[in-house]
Amino acid sequence: MKTENSPKGLTRRQLLARATAAGAAFVTGSGFLAARDGAWATELSALKPDSFATLVQMARDIYPHDHVGDEYYVIAVKGYDTPDHAEDIEAGIEALNGAAQGRGYDSYLAIGWERDRADLLRSMEDSPFFQRIRGGLVTGLYNQKAVWPLFGYEGASYELGGYIDRGFNDINWL
Amino acid sequence: MAAPFDLNDDTVVVVIGTGAGGGVLANELAQKGVSVVALEAGGRYLPEDYVNDEWESFGQLAWVDPRTTSGDWRVAKDFSGLPAWIVKAVGGTTIHWAGASIRFQPHEWKAKTTYGNVQGANLLDWPIDGEEMDPWYTLAETKLGVTRTGGRAGLPGNNNYLVFEKGAKALGYKEVHTGRMAINSDDYDERISCQQTGFCFQGCKWGAKWSAAYTDIPRGEATGNLEVRDHAQVARILHDDTGKVTGVEYFDKDGNLQLQKARVVCVAGNSFESPRLLLNSASSMFPDGLANSSGQVGRNYMRHTTGSVYAIFDKPVKMWRGTTMAGIIQDEARHDPSRGFVGGYELETLSLGLPFMAAFLDPGAWGREFTSALDGYENMAGLWIVGEDMPQETNRVTLNHDVKDALGLPVANVHFDDHPNDVAMRNHAYRQGEAIYDAVGATRTFPTPPYPSTHNLGTNRMSENPRDGVVNRWGQSHDIANLFVSDGSQFTTGASENPTLTIVALAIRQADHIAREMSAGNL
Repeated sequence: MKTENSPKGLTRRQLLARATAAGAAFVTGSGFLAARDGAWATELSALKPDSFATLVQMARDIYPHDHVGDEYYVIAVKGYDTPDHAEDIEAGIEALNGAAQGRGYDSYLAIGWERDRADLLRSMEDSPFFQRIRGGLVTGLYNQKAVWPLFGYEGASYELGGYIDRGFNDINWL
Repeated sequence: MAAPFDLNDDTVVVVIGTGAGGGVLANELAQKGVSVVALEAGGRYLPEDYVNDEWESFGQLAWVDPRTTSGDWRVAKDFSGLPAWIVKAVGGTTIHWAGASIRFQPHEWKAKTTYGNVQGANLLDWPIDGEEMDPWYTLAETKLGVTRTGGRAGLPGNNNYLVFEKGAKALGYKEVHTGRMAINSDDYDERISCQQTGFCFQGCKWGAKWSAAYTDIPRGEATGNLEVRDHAQVARILHDDTGKVTGVEYFDKDGNLQLQKARVVCVAGNSFESPRLLLNSASSMFPDGLANSSGQVGRNYMRHTTGSVYAIFDKPVKMWRGTTMAGIIQDEARHDPSRGFVGGYELETLSLGLPFMAAFLDPGAWGREFTSALDGYENMAGLWIVGEDMPQETNRVTLNHDVKDALGLPVANVHFDDHPNDVAMRNHAYRQGEAIYDAVGATRTFPTPPYPSTHNLGTNRMSENPRDGVVNRWGQSHDIANLFVSDGSQFTTGASENPTLTIVALAIRQADHIAREMSAGNL
């Protein structure tokens, strides 16, 4: 995505200039969150930008795929950015940051290693908040059609005539 | 075309459910000139409606009305409100089924005699046997166009099968082939051959797989003797002072309660809804529910000892391409207690798309151990275990009076604990499945837990003695002569085979019996 697609017409340069840091990967401003490399950005309507950045990082830590870009994780959790969900999500993020502070970090996003973030999540994996986010990701992430090709999955084939002439038995290494 | 019957017409046979049991029974009766009203809780979907998308299709077809679960089976933890993955639609689970169509082995009709006393199991011999069922099986195979029967060719093997076959042969397995499948390998019965599209579980868009939805149902309707009412959820079966059933109350598509009178009622709502209906039909004359003088209604629930093995290789497999389940190893289906369990199991190829793999590979799992498995999705092969599980009286469907469905009726609670024999069999099958893939160079294997059940059996079981079960050798209830059970709930034991062919064979046989008894004035 190019900078012209940034929220409210901001250029990448302006965006970065306005932003405050939120972990390694994200820049946040009032009402938006963007990738540090400007690859994507999203406007927020209910959640605080730092909270949404934390949620995106949490999503990646739950289902980490190094070849899947943050934009797909953003889409997977964007549904929580509504007035209906905001209160619960903010409370969950606050608890997550509280747990991080209990371990001596400034916040969840300030934990540098995935291993340490995952340890923290493991300690709260029976909580309704964690289970809600994890459960939602099962469809929110893996049922995005745009994600499927990243795993090699081809999706529907009927419209293409199935695989009878397109390699249903093309395995060549047995 | 479809003859509408009057609600007060008490000459009709009412069939509840239109799947492999009810759908076939309704058509077979209609072909014999019997007037049939079939009541189906779901809607009508045909191949043009089916969707090559796992979750969207699930939303279209699956029975997601509330149910509850209990017991030590993992499904109760991972999918507490979804004990079964079955279909709510005209044609029932024959839309979703994989098509595997294999006969019981002769000894499996006589599980108690063959296996002896297994502690904690409520084993019983069927009152019928393989010899008696042979001609009915042949009729069922002809109806379904089962490959590798009746001179019909087998299906070609897809990538997933080729991996499976190579591993199986490396282990010395002999009975390895692309299965006896109700999926056309050539044009047959006005349906085209398999186009290797995948998505067999989402309804075959080509109609290459047999489903009652587009074969038996429209053919029955074409006789003028069958009326199928969809979106008709049966609430209660009614009876008179003599104890004969007289009709059924159902909620129509607008939610209005209707009463359809009947000469005979056949229950084919699957192994959850059929006992639930009998229990919900309790009356002052039958306080424990209809046909339940034995106390066996809802008991002996069986779901096959299932599980899957997935494996990752260092090169692509693309297992989703082609027929989902056209591959079987039958060597382990024998009864051989030296393996540490009674009964046997089949191994069958299986694939899931990425969305369902994420949901079912290891439900609830997260983190890098899990996601690195999905990263190998393109290089993955998979198989499914189908083994005979032990009937247990305490594995049962009961009414949960604390949870009501949208119509205000108590829902089914499904309780299941694994029997030690089930666990021993599953662990053996996991080891064999992993060995199959290791023999082809798997870099990682996954003993995957059972999915929500598709093979739901035994909750109104067939017995010689009325004390031991709910229905007799014809599926006729021991207690009420004009009340029949016509689905997999009548299974006395589960055997190791996918159940649909046997359900269809029993339905064809039952139709013959009911029509004969009606002609003779006995019903």
